Amino acid sequence: MSDLDYIYAVARIRVKEKSLLSDDDIRRMSGMENSREILGFLSDRGWGDGSPEEDGSRMLETEERKTADLMKELKADPEIFRVLSYPRLYHNLKAGIRELCSADPPDHLYYDIEGFGREEVRRILRDKDYGALPDHMRKTAQRALETMLRTQDGQKCDLIIDRGCLDACEKAGRESGIPLLADYEESTVAVTNIKIAVRAQKTGKDLKFLKEALCPCRTLNTDILAAAAVSGEASLRDYLTNHGFAEAAEALKDSPSAFERWCDNRIIDAILPQKRNSVSAGPLIAYYLARENEIRMVRILLTAKANGFSEEDIRKRIRKMYG
Amino acid sequence: MNMGMVFALMGAALATALPGIGSAWGVGIAGQAAAGVVSEDPDQFAKVLLLQLLPGTQGIYGLLVAFITLSNIGILGGDPVKDTATGMLYLFACLPIALVGLISAYHQGRTSVASIGLIAKKPDQFGKAMLFPAMVETYAILALLISILSVSGI
Repeated sequence: MSDLDYIYAVARIRVKEKSLLSDDDIRRMSGMENSREILGFLSDRGWGDGSPEEDGSRMLETEERKTADLMKELKADPEIFRVLSYPRLYHNLKAGIRELCSADPPDHLYYDIEGFGREEVRRILRDKDYGALPDHMRKTAQRALETMLRTQDGQKCDLIIDRGCLDACEKAGRESGIPLLADYEESTVAVTNIKIAVRAQKTGKDLKFLKEALCPCRTLNTDILAAAAVSGEASLRDYLTNHGFAEAAEALKDSPSAFERWCDNRIIDAILPQKRNSVSAGPLIAYYLARENEIRMVRILLTAKANGFSEEDIRKRIRKMYG
Repeated sequence: MNMGMVFALMGAALATALPGIGSAWGVGIAGQAAAGVVSEDPDQFAKVLLLQLLPGTQGIYGLLVAFITLSNIGILGGDPVKDTATGMLYLFACLPIALVGLISAYHQGRTSVASIGLIAKKPDQFGKAMLFPAMVETYAILALLISILSVSGI
């Protein structure tokens, strides 16, 4: 599809963007008494299916479905959303391997994906029918399952799958020919690499682990990042400061939650210019990601309220919104 | 029929065809954007319709110049063109609106799409949204004036 084929869809998205949650909405919700009040606020904004007995998770599922239905209705290039769904596909793969190798089946951990839900994943893994998996996932799935069966090392298995997912996202973004998708996947991979390096540094992982976990990308030199992480937090912060991630270094110095917030905000910053784009698939992708972001934010708020977090603690976890 | 008549008719044909193509394209893409907005917010129909129509004026300007040309060269009135030089004069007189009409309609269409996006997000900014594509109209009007003055002066 050419950029001009998206004119109708972008115009619809512009109207839809008006109903996205803003930073003010999130701040307002964070000050509410309990999750019931938040659900009432969201229901007034048109969230959920309107039924009075709807709980938080059902409301969020309804919203995810609404976004997916809208994208189908707008006839956006399915390739775009296939690429954006990679993390969920790999999540289901991870859940499938865990279930296959565990006595306690965690069936609730699966995403409901057409053609790649719990039943399909279980069958593929049970039969070792890797040919039924998408091309980018075959080697990763085989390696992860064999490692898990041989070693029962869940962490190692997760490492293989997470790395496979990052490689697939980076490659698909680069080859998509859509600048926003390429930038988004590049940002995602870079931010995830930094997250991995930070966690590895805090848990004392070695260079071998980091080299296996980090995915090469254009924005970062993963060899130097790995070496910096092994050398200590100060070296890691120096590397980030000197390579265009000074804000990440500052956030890291501040607190773990400030760093996590920076990671999510960086992704939103990558899509913000799409607010000024009138043609191309960019605004559709940005809207889809913005909806994912606000659903994730509402989930954080509901969980925080259910666990009795103070308003101040919640505010520290508030992310930048696209709306 | 002499070559002068051929050139004069070619001028009239270009004055109709090129701005017409540009206008069809501009109105078409602005219409797609307008339909997108109205499908979500039907109250904006009148506003987006006006923005959709703006790139359509170049086609009308071209038609006007072609009509004046045909009225001067013996097709709808006036005396038939007798020599090649006069025919060439008509052709060149039609070119400003033919070329500027095509290009300005294309760009006005794109600007209208952007303005429709502005209306989608901020319906109260209609006045400002109209101004952006209207600016492009200036150059189509200038070309129209020159073409009319030239054709009338031959």
